Amino acid sequence: MSQQVITHGDIKYQEYFLNMGPQHPATHGVLRLILTLDGEEVVGIEPDLGYIHRGIEKMCEYDTYRQIIHLTDRFDYLSSHMNNEAVCLAVEKALEVEVTDRIKVIRTMMDELTRIASHLLWWGVMGMDIGALTTFMYAFRDREMINEIMEKTTGARLTMSYNIPGGVMFDLHKDFQKDVKALIKHMRKVLPEYDRLLTGNIIFQKRMKGVGILSKEDAINYGATGPVARGSGVSCDTRKLEPYSAYDRVEFNEAVETGGDNLARYQVRMQEMYESLRILEQLVDNIPEGDYQVPMRNLIKLPKGEFYQSVETARGEFGVFIVSDGKKNPYRVHFRSPGLNNLNALIKAGVGGKIADLVATMSTFDFVIPDIDR
Amino acid sequence: MTNREIITHITAWNNETVFRSNTENEEKTINVLDEWSKTIVNVEIPASILIPFMKKLKEDPELDFDFLFDMIGMDWGKELGILYYLKSTNKGHKLIVRIKIEDRENPEVETLENIWKSAHLQEREIFDLFGIRFNGHSNLKRIFLREDFKGYPLRKDYEDDYMIIRK
Repeated sequence: MSQQVITHGDIKYQEYFLNMGPQHPATHGVLRLILTLDGEEVVGIEPDLGYIHRGIEKMCEYDTYRQIIHLTDRFDYLSSHMNNEAVCLAVEKALEVEVTDRIKVIRTMMDELTRIASHLLWWGVMGMDIGALTTFMYAFRDREMINEIMEKTTGARLTMSYNIPGGVMFDLHKDFQKDVKALIKHMRKVLPEYDRLLTGNIIFQKRMKGVGILSKEDAINYGATGPVARGSGVSCDTRKLEPYSAYDRVEFNEAVETGGDNLARYQVRMQEMYESLRILEQLVDNIPEGDYQVPMRNLIKLPKGEFYQSVETARGEFGVFIVSDGKKNPYRVHFRSPGLNNLNALIKAGVGGKIADLVATMSTFDFVIPDIDR
Repeated sequence: MTNREIITHITAWNNETVFRSNTENEEKTINVLDEWSKTIVNVEIPASILIPFMKKLKEDPELDFDFLFDMIGMDWGKELGILYYLKSTNKGHKLIVRIKIEDRENPEVETLENIWKSAHLQEREIFDLFGIRFNGHSNLKRIFLREDFKGYPLRKDYEDDYMIIRK
């Protein structure tokens, strides 16, 4: 990179570079952005990645299909259940296995619990990024309820590895329905409070409205998916477009906002939490009886071919591409991470704003760095 | 458009002179791969017509592929390849375009950055892990691995005695 001379009228001065990260609190991990600045204004963003690149795609080539699932937890650790599910659905699609209704409903409920937990963490941390420390305390208190539900059934709090090809690892805990009902009741009470706490706040509005604008055309062109794209008016919810698991039997609305600014992305995620609660309410009393696992061979061999499955994680569309040559290990596995492509969109949305606004914009993009680095 | 309609629409382009490859040996340049096309239409094209073909896919009003959803690098053993997964946000259909690159020593292909901006980071990832160079890319350098890293890890012939144990 060469430094360029900028002229403002009679004044001439040089652009300068600033490292944001890898240890900046607003990057939520080890993301390093090399910013090119013109005074306070950001004129260029170059991400520097790879601090936690683990080569999972290569590792998968040496693992069996049951082992791969445990690696997928480690991409986007806040949507680990959806990542697991994507691999399981791809394997089931390849083997043409039809799972029972009970499995589908359990998976859908776990997905939505994970989504609420992920959005709660985002809400708390985003508030903290822009200086509202209270949100963090509230969000983590509520997220703890979900983590406990997860722990009771799956035995783990974050990296659950609960899905296996042909079902789920354990049956639901006997308290599951009771706990989920308590969670729904609690969330219905606190979510409007959170709206009052942050959404209507004048300082918050000033940080959010009209900042970090990503137009609809740019969102598509730069490859954004998930709440980032939906905040720009792109209808791209995989749960609606290509329903998997039990999403075809529940009613919910796709949250789409047309503002394209930080506030729109914020409102999409807030609405999604309400929609997730709606899905849970429809399913919690209607968990069908049946097996929680379909018998499958211990060593799974997929037929020759290529299989693609995408699911909607809390951050966007996550895709799994498996090429099989008929052996116990895949020939090639590719993961389409929503984070990497949303980062591409941040380059567009962040340029032209002030450096302080970039912190707010980054927090509404909601990055999880292991998802970008893989 | 249904899958069948997309196939007939695209194979009709074989008659256009833009899509004749330079070698003129093959009659058809746009091949529909039936074995992969059960759920998503898969077409294979020579790398020489990549840019006009992709431009046409984006600009054709009936196809309207405005979203480059995913780019997948492949190592088929003899040759390298790239899969482009396209989507249309308005029409809702999907397409996979494949190219093969036979030169393993110095693989090169044109960049799609000027057509879809989402290619920017995806091409850098493929360059990093497969060593395929994208001509005309604005900032082509390693994205995950360090600058002085030797070799391209996702290739099948990549050797690492310490990290990979071959049985």
